[in-house]
Amino acid sequence: MNLLDIPVLGLALQLLGYLVTVCTQNGTIILALTAPLAFGALCGVMCERSGVVNIGIEGTMLAAAFVGWFVASIASQAMPADPSPFFGATPGLVIGLLAAIVCGMLVSAILAWLAVTLRADQIIAGTIINIVAAGITGYFDVLFSTNPIPTAGKFEAFVPPSFLTDLPVVGWLFSALLNQGPITMSLIVVVIVMEVLLFRSRWGLRTRAVGEHPKAAETVGISVIRLRYQNVILGGVFAGLAGAWFTIDFGNSFVGGMTGGRGFIALAALIFGRWRPVGAFLASLLFATSIALGTAIRTTPPTGQLGTILGAIPEQFFAALPYIVTIVVLAGVVGRSVAPAADGQPYERESVS
Amino acid sequence: MIARLRAQLLVPAGAIVLALIVGAVIIIVTSPLAVQKLDLSLPLATYWALVQGSLGSIDGIVDTLRAASPLILVGLAVALPFKAGLFNIGGQGQFLIGAVTAAWVGAALSGASPFVALPVAVLAGMLAGAAYGFIPGWLKAYTGAHEVVTTIMLNYIAMQIVSYLIQGPLKAPGATFARSADVGNSALPVIFQQTAGHPAHLGIIFPYIAAVLVWWLLYRTTIGFEIRTAGANPDAARYAGMRPRFLIVLTMVIAGLLVGLAGAGEILGVQGYMVAGYSTNVGFDAITVALLGRTHPFGVVLAGLLLGAMRAGAPLMQISAGIPVQMVDVLQGVILFFLTADIVVRWVFRIRAAGSGGPEKLATVSASSGGSTAK
Repeated sequence: MNLLDIPVLGLALQLLGYLVTVCTQNGTIILALTAPLAFGALCGVMCERSGVVNIGIEGTMLAAAFVGWFVASIASQAMPADPSPFFGATPGLVIGLLAAIVCGMLVSAILAWLAVTLRADQIIAGTIINIVAAGITGYFDVLFSTNPIPTAGKFEAFVPPSFLTDLPVVGWLFSALLNQGPITMSLIVVVIVMEVLLFRSRWGLRTRAVGEHPKAAETVGISVIRLRYQNVILGGVFAGLAGAWFTIDFGNSFVGGMTGGRGFIALAALIFGRWRPVGAFLASLLFATSIALGTAIRTTPPTGQLGTILGAIPEQFFAALPYIVTIVVLAGVVGRSVAPAADGQPYERESVS
Repeated sequence: MIARLRAQLLVPAGAIVLALIVGAVIIIVTSPLAVQKLDLSLPLATYWALVQGSLGSIDGIVDTLRAASPLILVGLAVALPFKAGLFNIGGQGQFLIGAVTAAWVGAALSGASPFVALPVAVLAGMLAGAAYGFIPGWLKAYTGAHEVVTTIMLNYIAMQIVSYLIQGPLKAPGATFARSADVGNSALPVIFQQTAGHPAHLGIIFPYIAAVLVWWLLYRTTIGFEIRTAGANPDAARYAGMRPRFLIVLTMVIAGLLVGLAGAGEILGVQGYMVAGYSTNVGFDAITVALLGRTHPFGVVLAGLLLGAMRAGAPLMQISAGIPVQMVDVLQGVILFFLTADIVVRWVFRIRAAGSGGPEKLATVSASSGGSTAK
C-alpha cells in the first residue's frame, strides 16, 4: 500500500514533501525576502524593549531606501569605479549604504524627539513618520521619473564554492545562507549578536529595565531618556539597512511606496517573535516562506490531491497570512505575547532640578 | 467662549502656516527638477494654483466638496474613538470593505427600482464597514489585543479580500480588466452637474449630517458622556458603573459605520464600480483631519474641507505650477508633524500654553501598544 494514499495522513505527508521541495528550491530567495522584515523587526525590538513603540518602521525604511539609492547614484557618478570582487561593491554603493543607515538614524532621532522629549503620543509620532516619508519620497519619485538619474547598480550576491552547494541534503542550505548580498548575509550575525547583547550584557539588562519599569531603572542611576534615545537611534540603523536592501542590494532602483507594507509585517514579526531578536527573525522567516509559498503554488503547483486543495486556496490568502497570524497571536489564541510593561508610555522624570 | 475657541484654533492655524513655509522651502529647493530652473516665486504660484483649483470656480468648489466627503466621514471615525481613548488606524480597511460590499450589492440590484437599490446598497456598505470595525473593537474589549496593531493588520487583510473578490466572484463578465459590474440604478443621484469632471452626487451631504449626529451623540447623550469619560479616565468610568467593553465595541462599530458610508459613497457616487487594485489613503489622511480638527466633530468638518480643497486643487497645481500632486501629501504630513510638535508652533508664534482650552491630552491612546493588555 502506498503511504501517500492514506486519507488524511497521506495528504499531510504530501504537504510536508511539497513544503520541503519549495523551501529547498527557494531557500535563497526566502532568506533574501526575510532580510527587510527581520531588520525592520529588529528596529522594533530595539525601540520597544526600551519602551518606545515604533510604528514608523515602514516610513523609516522607505526614507532610507530612497536616500540610499539617491546618494549611491550621485556618489557613483562622482566616483566611477568597476565593481570590486567583494560583493561587487563600488565606492558609490558603500557611500549609499552608509547614507541609508544615517538616514534611518536621523528619522529615528525625530521619532525619539517626539516620543521621548515631547512625550507626544507614540502612535501618532510613528504615523507622522510614515505619512511624511511616503509623501516626500513619493514627491521626489515623480520628480526623478521626469528627470531620470543613472542607477548606481547594486551589491552582487556572494557566490559560494560549488563543493559546498553541491553537497547532498545540506547543499541548499549553504546556497541559501551564502548566495546572498551583504545586507542579507549580515542578518544572521546581527540577530545573534543582538540576542546575546539584549539578554547577556549590561546594556541589554538596562534596556529591558527601562522598558519594563523606567522609574526603578532611574532610581539606580540609569538615564531613561538617554537610553531610549540610544536604542531608538540604534533601531534606526537596522531600519536603514532594511531600506538599503530594497534599492542597492536586492534591487537597484527606487519606486514610490516600494516597501509595500513590509514595515507593518515587521511589526507583526516583532510581536509574533515575542519582542526577541531571534524570535523576530524566525517569525520573519516564516512570513517570507508564506509569501514564497503563495508564489510557488502558482508557478509550480503540487500534483495530485494536494494540488487540487492548495490550488483552491486563493493566492491572496497567503499574502494575508502574516497579518492573520499576528491578530491570532495578539488575541492570545496561540500562546500569549506580552509587550514590555512600559511600552508606549512616555517617561517623565519626577523632579527637574 | 470666544477666547476658548481662539485658543483652540491658534495652534492648528500656526501648524498650517509653518507647514506652508516648510513646503515653500521644499518647492524652491526642488524647482530645478520641477521647472528646470531655480524659481524663488514658485511657492506663490503653487499655492495660488492650489487655491484657484479648489475655490476659484464652481467646478473647483464641487471638487472640493466631493473630495472632502470621505475625509470628513473617516475623520469622524478617527475622532470619535479618540474620545474613547481608542486609535482607529483601520479607516482604510473599513473603507475598502464598505466600498466592495456597496459595489457588490449595488451591482446585484442595478436593475431594481432606485428607491430600493440605493438605500439597500448604502446600508450594506455601512453595515459591512461596521462589521469590520467590530472586529478590532471586540478583540480589544475581550482579548486585550491592541486596536492600533489589529487595525493595521486588518487594513492589509482588507486589500487582499478586495483583490480576491474583484478578481474572483465579483468580476464583471466580459470586462477587459478586473472590475465589478456597474452599479446602475444603485448609483447616488446627481445633485449638481459640472461642466467637466465628476458631477456632485447626493452623498456629499452625508458628512455634515453625520457630523451633527456624532456631535449630538458625544455631547448630548448619556452614551456620549460615557464614551468621553471612558476615554478621559477609564478607572473612573469603571467605578461609576459604566461598561468599558461595551463602549469600546460600540465606538468602533459606529466608526466602522461612518467609514463604510464613506466607502459606499465613493463607489455609488463617484466610481460606479470597483477595481481589484482600488487604493486609498483615506485612513491615514483622516488621522490628519481628526487631529487638525482637534477631534471635535465640527473641527473635523473644517479640517476635512481644508484638506479636501488641497486634494481638489492639486491637479491644477501640477498643470500650472509644475509641482507634482504628491506635494499635498508632504504638506499634510508636515501639518501633522507641527500639530504634534506643537511646542515649535507655540515658540514661533509666541502662543502661551493654554490651560483649560489647551490641546487635547493624547496620552491615553497609545499606552502599551502591541502587547496584550488583558484585564
